Amino acid sequence: MAEKLIMKRPNALTDKEFTYCPGCLHGVAHRLVAEILDELELTENTIMVAPVGCSVFAYEFFNVDGTVAAHGRATAVATGVKRAMPDKTVFTYQGDGDLAAIGTAETVHSANRGEKFTTIFINNAIYGMTGGQMAPTTLEGMKTTTSPYGRDVTDMGYPVHVCELLQNLNGVAYLERVGLFTPQQIQKAKKAIKKAFIAQQKGLGYSLIEIVSTCPTNWGQTPLESVEWAKDKMLTEYPLGVFVDKVGDDK
Amino acid sequence: MDSDKIMMKGTEAMGEAAIRAGCKLYFGYPITPQSELPEYMSRRLPEIDGTFLQAESEVAAVNMVYGAACTGTRVMTSTSSPGFSLMMEGVSYIAGAKLPSVFINVVRGGPGLGDIQPAQSDYFQATKGGGHGDYRLIVLAPSTLQEAVDHIGLAFDMTDQYRTPALIIADGMLGQMMEPVSLPEFSNTDHKSVHEDWALRGAKGREKHMVTSFDIDPVKLEKMNEGYQETYKEIEKNEVRVEEYMMEDAEYAFVAYGTMARIIKTTIKMARAEGIKVGLVRPITLWPFPYKAIEKAAEQSKFLLTVEMSMGQMLEDVRLGANGKVPTPFYGRSGGVVPTPTEVLNALKKEMGV
Repeated sequence: MAEKLIMKRPNALTDKEFTYCPGCLHGVAHRLVAEILDELELTENTIMVAPVGCSVFAYEFFNVDGTVAAHGRATAVATGVKRAMPDKTVFTYQGDGDLAAIGTAETVHSANRGEKFTTIFINNAIYGMTGGQMAPTTLEGMKTTTSPYGRDVTDMGYPVHVCELLQNLNGVAYLERVGLFTPQQIQKAKKAIKKAFIAQQKGLGYSLIEIVSTCPTNWGQTPLESVEWAKDKMLTEYPLGVFVDKVGDDK
Repeated sequence: MDSDKIMMKGTEAMGEAAIRAGCKLYFGYPITPQSELPEYMSRRLPEIDGTFLQAESEVAAVNMVYGAACTGTRVMTSTSSPGFSLMMEGVSYIAGAKLPSVFINVVRGGPGLGDIQPAQSDYFQATKGGGHGDYRLIVLAPSTLQEAVDHIGLAFDMTDQYRTPALIIADGMLGQMMEPVSLPEFSNTDHKSVHEDWALRGAKGREKHMVTSFDIDPVKLEKMNEGYQETYKEIEKNEVRVEEYMMEDAEYAFVAYGTMARIIKTTIKMARAEGIKVGLVRPITLWPFPYKAIEKAAEQSKFLLTVEMSMGQMLEDVRLGANGKVPTPFYGRSGGVVPTPTEVLNALKKEMGV
């Protein structure tokens, strides 16, 4: 019987094995980005900037030209790349510590300048690679290795809402927060990523997709528990939705 | 060539020289005493379809340089001491990723906020690291505006050839003075093509390219480090530059660079008028440092008097070169105070015991 191919690895991913923990959603996020790069026929003309964090090896997983920025500096590096090669597609892939703590200034100013690249932002409320420390997005009361008694917001600050922070900057062309906890959410996330890259293609300005994610390892949960916990707690703190859309709905 | 000379301010002449050398992108942040350079680039780069971008900080600026350099396009930034300190993280990454790029540090008095007057107190930072890791920068120290202009093209050529970042050390004196300079012709070389085999330009029709300063495997990272060192050895072999001024019959020698060396040439004329046979060894490349010229001077002179606008930083390299053969006294002013020719002459006489 002849084999029929119904699903395959996107061209925009290499065959390198992911380094992520079991149950981590980076793999899903990578795949969605890769599918969109292929769908929009951008793969061969894309340059990516990986961050410091769990996804530091992302430049090896995506089958595109790539580099790694210093911690937090991905959008500054992407600014340099895009300004030098305005005809190429450029994206950064960053976690919450990278983008919303050490790289806050670079994030805000790249967005404000309306830099014509896309940021995929993974918010899992914790520093994964360094072993589970408190992130700017850590929830109130959440225990981490540097907030062992729980995050006391009056002492350690409040969870940072990146989309809400960026939505008033005129340089932003597309801004949406998505989740990866149900098949419907994953479909929606893929559509959002597509719009973000279309915003870039059309030269409308900066686009960022915040993906609410999990960290079963550092949350001390099983993969299934972490998804349930994220649906309950993370989505309460970080409601899903479109914050800026200058792309519109025409195809 | 004299008829082609035009009067220009230091920072602006350096900017124009960069554009003529094929610099397409400039990223920077305003800081005294070099803000005229970004101002000049903001006017000039759009005229040649280049890109000027004022970053939100020197931290961002150096990372924008990193990004543009990843594409193998000629890119530069300029700053002054506190700003260069902020760039150190990025400079280390740029050195590790072997990205061609040109930096100008118009050095001012330090440490800390310091002041905005001319100084040479960033020598250690420029030549001994500054950022983390085993890396080197090619460091050029012009002493006239014409030399600064010439060094810009040289810096771009060397950084392209060796894939090692190049730094031009100037000071407020050089940056702010006006002098007649002869500018180079516009370069019409395709500088981008030499980086085709590694640059990030999209992987169409080839294997993907990756540019990093990174390997998590210690053995592989050591290999990368050995690679850097091989390049540095080549640079040390080929690129040492030094001026020996009135050294033929010299019984005493000054060692100084940049603005300080220029002042000392006046001191030497004054001293020779009094019958004192003194010369100057002027390192033009601070790294690679001209240790051999220092050694040679030590063999013919009674002492080597190092003079710096710092508390004594290059002095350590002079002592390495002299290797104990002769005394190596020091005279320096800091905080942005510029020694006068007479003051230096008095320092020389004091060492001579006259």
